[in-house]
Amino acid sequence: MTHKDQHIILKTEDLSIGYQSKKTKTIVASHINLELNKGELIGLVGANGIGKSTFLRTLTNVQNTISGEIQIHNKNLSDFSSNELAKTMSLVLTEPIASKNLSVFELVALGRQPYTNWVGNLTATDVAIINRALEQTNIVELKSKNCFELSDGQLQKVMIARALAQDTDLIILDEPTTHLDMYHKAYILKLLQRLVKETQKTILFSSHEIDLAIQLCDTMIVMTKEHIVSDTPNNLISNGTFEVLFPNDLIAFDKNTKSFRVKK
Amino acid sequence: MTPSRTYSRPFIALIIVLIICFFGNISLGSVQIPFQDVFNSLIGNSDHESWQYIIQNYRLPKAFTAILVGSGLGISGLLMQTLFRNPLAGPFVLGISSGASLGVALVILGSGLFGGVLASVLISKWTVVIAASVGSFLVLLAVMIVSSRVRDTMAILIIGLMFGSITAAVVSVLSYFSSAEQLQQYIFWGFGSLGNLSWNELLIFFVIYCFGILMTITSIKALNTFLLGENYAKSLGLNIKQSRFIIIIATSLLAGTITAFAGPIAFIGLAIPHMTRQIFNTSNHKILLPAVFLFGAIVMLICDSIAQLPTSDYTLPINAITSLIGAPVVIWLLVRQRKMIF
Repeated sequence: MTHKDQHIILKTEDLSIGYQSKKTKTIVASHINLELNKGELIGLVGANGIGKSTFLRTLTNVQNTISGEIQIHNKNLSDFSSNELAKTMSLVLTEPIASKNLSVFELVALGRQPYTNWVGNLTATDVAIINRALEQTNIVELKSKNCFELSDGQLQKVMIARALAQDTDLIILDEPTTHLDMYHKAYILKLLQRLVKETQKTILFSSHEIDLAIQLCDTMIVMTKEHIVSDTPNNLISNGTFEVLFPNDLIAFDKNTKSFRVKK
Repeated sequence: MTPSRTYSRPFIALIIVLIICFFGNISLGSVQIPFQDVFNSLIGNSDHESWQYIIQNYRLPKAFTAILVGSGLGISGLLMQTLFRNPLAGPFVLGISSGASLGVALVILGSGLFGGVLASVLISKWTVVIAASVGSFLVLLAVMIVSSRVRDTMAILIIGLMFGSITAAVVSVLSYFSSAEQLQQYIFWGFGSLGNLSWNELLIFFVIYCFGILMTITSIKALNTFLLGENYAKSLGLNIKQSRFIIIIATSLLAGTITAFAGPIAFIGLAIPHMTRQIFNTSNHKILLPAVFLFGAIVMLICDSIAQLPTSDYTLPINAITSLIGAPVVIWLLVRQRKMIF
């Protein structure tokens, strides 16, 4: 094992993703070869309907692979038990939580489920980890509020705290900035960047905020119809990956401002 | 999940209320018995043999039945509401009461239709209990077999409702061909009754009830995880299929036995979890479960005391009382809190 291998959290080998039923097979993307490294903030971008969700659902074992392999810590994803996986990977999903009638503390505490006993009692260690997650996401003062009292931005922070409390090497967020205003979009992504630095976790998120992602991510995964590439934002800019991201009749990528501009 | 607030005070209050309701319930009835004698009868020290008999062999088992029925229905309602994330779910959404109705209808109403063998069978209490058990078990089994082929939990809810409609239709057809006497007998079963159980029957009831409660207690962690939704629950390492199965079996044991012994008692299962959530203002099952147990028992004891129409010779159908008392309370709580806590 080389030094570099030890830093790889997740690796895909010739992965094909899509939907498979008895009769039909719909391949959304194939030949995906990616590596997610320890302590990196990774942004996944791509046009609507390109398969970002399918990709994330496959990585998180919600959906089966069509072919190829996903390895986490050099172990096949399918070989993980559900509890083992819960200790390795935590999620923040786009779907709303079923009940908002929980206090913030109770909700974050649910992140400890893979570690707690049969009735879910928290040990002193669990409480310490929960409190640390609350501090890291700046929501200590919301601790005893109920979730229905929170704004969308606050609730997103709580969901991130819950993922942190799950104490996993990898956190995957599906479009964490939807429904948020410009300030809170930046706030959440900046928070993720800080968490990566502080905790050395690997955080992968999908987003439509390409401009922000370029500024904040260590690595970006760009999904287009032709291929999926992963590289540093600067390399992706210089080799022109963003130019082919969208149809070019309305918006164009401007290399100088590192952002998309509406065509005049 | 550890509660962030302490709830010891409301729990102590509820336990005291439960004890008061329990003694109130056994003190009231068609025969007036002074409280001193009620107490003496309980410890087997009464001068009046008939009073002692009434207390020990009629009112006491009835009060225990009320506690088991109220708490059991409340808890199974809570289980179904959490599992289906639906505030309208109750203990009977999986077809348990419709199955029991079908079983009882076949025995009572069908005896005329099929004639011969069945008609000669004396329709005893045990016949009804067994018919209700078998009916609810078979319908539940059908719902489960069909449900195992669908992945969506919500679909189970609809399948349960559809089976309910089918059994209701069969009961209608049977009713059409039945005599007035049989219909009356069937309708009386539908009123529900707490007062028919002997100590031996109560023991069987209690043992099955305990199994249901034990399974519920082992599901507390899963129930709390379900509050996040199934995808989150899965990402937390919860075995969704297994947890769902245990929750459904626990509900069936509780609601099934209750229906078999006390008839299809409506409303309690739906209303008690709502009352409890409105008052305790939480969805944490570690708090909700004991609170629902206490509330269910208290409400059922109160409803039964009222249904007895103390000092009169009449007994009102318990099913009517639960709704008459319960519905306004739930409405009042919802209006007072201005929002539904779920």
